[in-house]
Amino acid sequence: MPVPDFTLPSFGRRWLQRLPATPPAWLLVHSLNQLQKRQVLAADMSLLSGKTFAVEICDAGLTLTFSADDERFHTRNTSNTPDLHLAANLADFLRLMLREEDPDTLFFSRRLRIEGDTELGLIVKNLLDSVDWDSTPLRRFMQH
Amino acid sequence: MQRLPELICPAGSLPALKAAIDNGADAVYLGLKNDTNARNFAGLNFDHRSASEGIRYARDRKRKVLMAINTYARGGDSLRWRAAIDEAAALGVDAVILADLGLLAYAHERHPSLRLHLSVQGSATNYEAINLAQSLFGVQRAVLPRVLTLDQVRHVIANTSVEIEVFGFGSLCVMVEGRCLLSSYATGESPNSHGVCSPARFVRWEDNGKGMDARLNHILIDRYGASETAGYPTLCKGRFEVEGHTDYVLEQPSSLNVLAMLPQLLDAGVAAIKVEGRQRSPAYVAQVTRALREALDQAGQTGQRFSVKPAWQQALSKVSEGQQVTLGAYDRPWK
Repeated sequence: MPVPDFTLPSFGRRWLQRLPATPPAWLLVHSLNQLQKRQVLAADMSLLSGKTFAVEICDAGLTLTFSADDERFHTRNTSNTPDLHLAANLADFLRLMLREEDPDTLFFSRRLRIEGDTELGLIVKNLLDSVDWDSTPLRRFMQH
Repeated sequence: MQRLPELICPAGSLPALKAAIDNGADAVYLGLKNDTNARNFAGLNFDHRSASEGIRYARDRKRKVLMAINTYARGGDSLRWRAAIDEAAALGVDAVILADLGLLAYAHERHPSLRLHLSVQGSATNYEAINLAQSLFGVQRAVLPRVLTLDQVRHVIANTSVEIEVFGFGSLCVMVEGRCLLSSYATGESPNSHGVCSPARFVRWEDNGKGMDARLNHILIDRYGASETAGYPTLCKGRFEVEGHTDYVLEQPSSLNVLAMLPQLLDAGVAAIKVEGRQRSPAYVAQVTRALREALDQAGQTGQRFSVKPAWQQALSKVSEGQQVTLGAYDRPWK
């Protein structure tokens, strides 16, 4: 079932903004580490090591920041400029993750913002694209 | 029913390859993880293991896999390119797509049974060039650069026994394919030399408060308003000031889309229709392949009564660069 068009309503945004960003960031980092451990995510950590990432969910008013070392991903809470900053609404991030839309399409229509190290962005994008969900229990969520 | 041209779709990763096959591609084309192909992007493309798996996936479903080795080997440093050809032969791909004459000669001599396609980067726009490639190297198919009108495509086909492949959908380039120097001018690297146009490490997108600036090696190449659609960060698609006006000077960001002239292409006798976009995600490959598969089948059944379904047009427009489509050179009024 395709992700419907939605934008988080402003009351949801106000509510979400009161929450600390750490739990969602922790969930994201934990998921990435699990996927990597099970070799679903074939990350070449030497390309990501020492880099910091910010994923901004615009309609939620939420920015998840995390970093990577040689082995795994970590949550991170600093005010430094991240090496890579991705920004989009929640529905579009979901569409990207579920492979309903490709990032170039979202970029062309200005629904995905990419700032910072563009090559790092490309590495992350291609890493996510290369995940073969057919080999995981999540395959039934993925569209072809 | 007319014999249909093959639908050739791009694969930058194993999931993209599967998406192409599952949605009706007759063949996919892919490249190795190095500068021997023109989409040498970080994290994209295939190694031996994923290529083997992809070829098995395609073959089990009776589809083909072509390998693009379509950059130019550097003088004194051609080992990587020769190794790529040897690897393609060892993997058992159905054909290699080459541009460099030296590599065509190498493949022809070393692997006489390996099928050779002349890449669009080879820039062969007339039948004499194509027939020469056939007589010298046994080239069996040529991919035409996107510079010819439909009449010129017909003329080429009428004068050669080499199969002709044309582009059907995807981002357009400035149409001096295989000869463009713009990326080299700004960054010192180009598709022909390094396998990448506007290498990502030279690209920066910055929020300027009112919209977004696109810079290539610090050169401001475009400034998008908050709601303006964007394109790839290439010089050819930038906006520049000429005689007091700032606008697209070389080309607008847009994608080629031949849906409207599929019956004419079928009548012309093209052997294959190619989709651009190995750099794109599996979602793009799935959407474009599905639309073109349906459209091709429909065109084969209905001939001149063919009409373009809005759903196909919509699917293709959505994923287009700058969200615009064009028939490109196929129907340009000037010669």
